Amino acid sequence: MGEFRMPSLGADMEAGTLVEWLKRPGDPVRRGDIVAVVETQKGAIEIDIFEDGVIERWLVEPGTTVPVGTPLALIAGAQPAVVAKVLEVPATPAAPAPAASPRVEPPPAAGRARASPAARRLASERGVALSGLSGSGPGGAILYADVERAAAGAASGPALTKRLDLKEMRRAIAAAMARSKREIPHYYLSTTIDLTRALAWLEAANATRSPAQRLLLAALLLKGVARALGEAPEFNGFFTAEGFQLGSGIHIGTAIAIRGGGLIAPAIRDADKLPLDELMARLRDLVTRARRGALRSSELSDPTITVTNLGERGVETVFGVIYPPQVALVGFGMPVERPWVVAGKIAARHVLTTTLAADHRASDGHRGALFLADIDRRLQSPEKL
Amino acid sequence: MTRDDINAILIDELGRIAPETDASRVDPNAELREELDIDSMDFLNLVTALTERLAIDIPEIDYPSLATFNHAVDYLAQRLGIAE
Repeated sequence: MGEFRMPSLGADMEAGTLVEWLKRPGDPVRRGDIVAVVETQKGAIEIDIFEDGVIERWLVEPGTTVPVGTPLALIAGAQPAVVAKVLEVPATPAAPAPAASPRVEPPPAAGRARASPAARRLASERGVALSGLSGSGPGGAILYADVERAAAGAASGPALTKRLDLKEMRRAIAAAMARSKREIPHYYLSTTIDLTRALAWLEAANATRSPAQRLLLAALLLKGVARALGEAPEFNGFFTAEGFQLGSGIHIGTAIAIRGGGLIAPAIRDADKLPLDELMARLRDLVTRARRGALRSSELSDPTITVTNLGERGVETVFGVIYPPQVALVGFGMPVERPWVVAGKIAARHVLTTTLAADHRASDGHRGALFLADIDRRLQSPEKL
Repeated sequence: MTRDDINAILIDELGRIAPETDASRVDPNAELREELDIDSMDFLNLVTALTERLAIDIPEIDYPSLATFNHAVDYLAQRLGIAE
């Protein structure tokens, strides 16, 4: 008998509110199935399960706020206590622990409909405006069945309700970044990578592809980092009370800006093993879902490192803040054309400032320098990525 | 298809990419990337949607022609063979 627990979706999360069960007692579940929806500071998140089994019974009713780690359901035929992955988060001795009492769920803010991701998906597919619906879920949350009923009635306009609570997201970022700056002894390295070959390769590859198949530079950069991490494991994992713990795979948290403010960095799992086309497809899917607010719990708890790409808005250099309990962040700026010396002659080349912010408790600058140099080397042979 | 149709399609697709903004109020001569805060992924999604909806190809090399709303309408009209 195993327990399906309230997962931790980041260092800053203390509790979550169960919004909706998507599986009933007696339902068989398989690893990766979405079992429940939980409301957190990062919006409504679908919680997936990490083990095969059968839902034995629910332990928590929708509408209940419980601390991280609380068993939510019993799973028959599963290993005990390993059912839902809970990220080990070290205590924060430097600061007094905030009261652990579960927060009282505030009433929904005016203008923002509370709804489960499944309900939102259906609403967006059928063109149902969530703001016009009354929900039958906890706290008036709109459930799948509510949207189904509405869709069966009159078709309404395709109003897309904003589902991310940017204020809450800002609070979550504040908590995580304050902890990072308080606890993690950062060191910073920077290098300039000649991108000319990578960009030429990308242009040639995209010239023969339809837009749906085209690659973005971001995919190349992520793959370069992922491959280099294979040789630099001390940047891939978590720092906990037991010290540095190696990640169980290379799962790259990809920083995605949310229009109107906010940031979220869900994981691309096993990025080192994904062919470039597959990695691009995952990235595309992840960006779309992050901006719609439809991420899964494992995507938020899995990242073993974060990559941020701030070149879009014209900055050349990123000085990263590590997302605890991770131990490193790789930052890419904007590719710029600069006079560069190639084989003793000055030439115009596209170059990219690449930085590493790393946790000095887990690694040293010497290893960090080798890691950055390896990313550079790999980006010089884009066809091999 | 007329230029007005292209206008409407472009507003519609921009609205899907950036639902938080009002695409019909965008300054037609300003850079779309800045007006609507769209990044390269949004832009790729826009190009993908337009090529599928209008059944035309938009090669990557032509992306600069779609920088502003007005330029994008001009470009799409020309690709579709619609006179001024």
